[in-house]
Amino acid sequence: MTNDEIKGFIENAIKENRVMLFMKGTPQQPACGFSMRASGALNTLGVKYAALDILPDQRIREELSAVSGWPTIPQLFVDGELVGGSDIVMEMFESGELAELLGVQQPALPEEPSAAEQPVQQRPIGLENRLG
Amino acid sequence: MPSADELQGRIEEALPGAEVHVTDTTGGGDHFRAEIVSERFEGLTRIQQHKLIYDVFGDEVGGAIHALSIKTQTPSPAGDGR
Repeated sequence: MTNDEIKGFIENAIKENRVMLFMKGTPQQPACGFSMRASGALNTLGVKYAALDILPDQRIREELSAVSGWPTIPQLFVDGELVGGSDIVMEMFESGELAELLGVQQPALPEEPSAAEQPVQQRPIGLENRLG
Repeated sequence: MPSADELQGRIEEALPGAEVHVTDTTGGGDHFRAEIVSERFEGLTRIQQHKLIYDVFGDEVGGAIHALSIKTQTPSPAGDGR
């Protein structure tokens, strides 16, 4: 695959998937704590999203950053627009803005952690692993 | 290897008057957390605010600086929509 083909593939993925996440690893097996948090937020919101692992070829990341002007991974796009990396995604998740943007209900947040009330699906969000 | 102090100094230089706090989150000199309060962020989207910080370091982000976690705020307490 040439660089231009990779770039075309990325641009197409952004255009064709309303919610598109570029990450290290996969939602099932994230390869970095930052990617894990971003995909975890989307999982918790229960939205359908497409995810592309950027790790198999270094050029994916290079071309993606050229397209988006954003240097780090993950990168979340909604409706063809860059929403942000993991910090912005998590801020927007916690404030409810992400749910609003995606048109879904904000789940109850574990601000006062209560073991009894905490749904299992929120588990990925609570991880504090900052190792990348 | 960059240090938290070095990163902090460079952000302060790029955004005069900003309140900057950088920590080395793992102690390994490659994962950092930067919290910045600056008037320069007024009227900018979060994406634009974070890009201002990334731009300070260029290619180093993703290179020597493996990860740079950013939190940006404007000085007005109610101005960040939280």
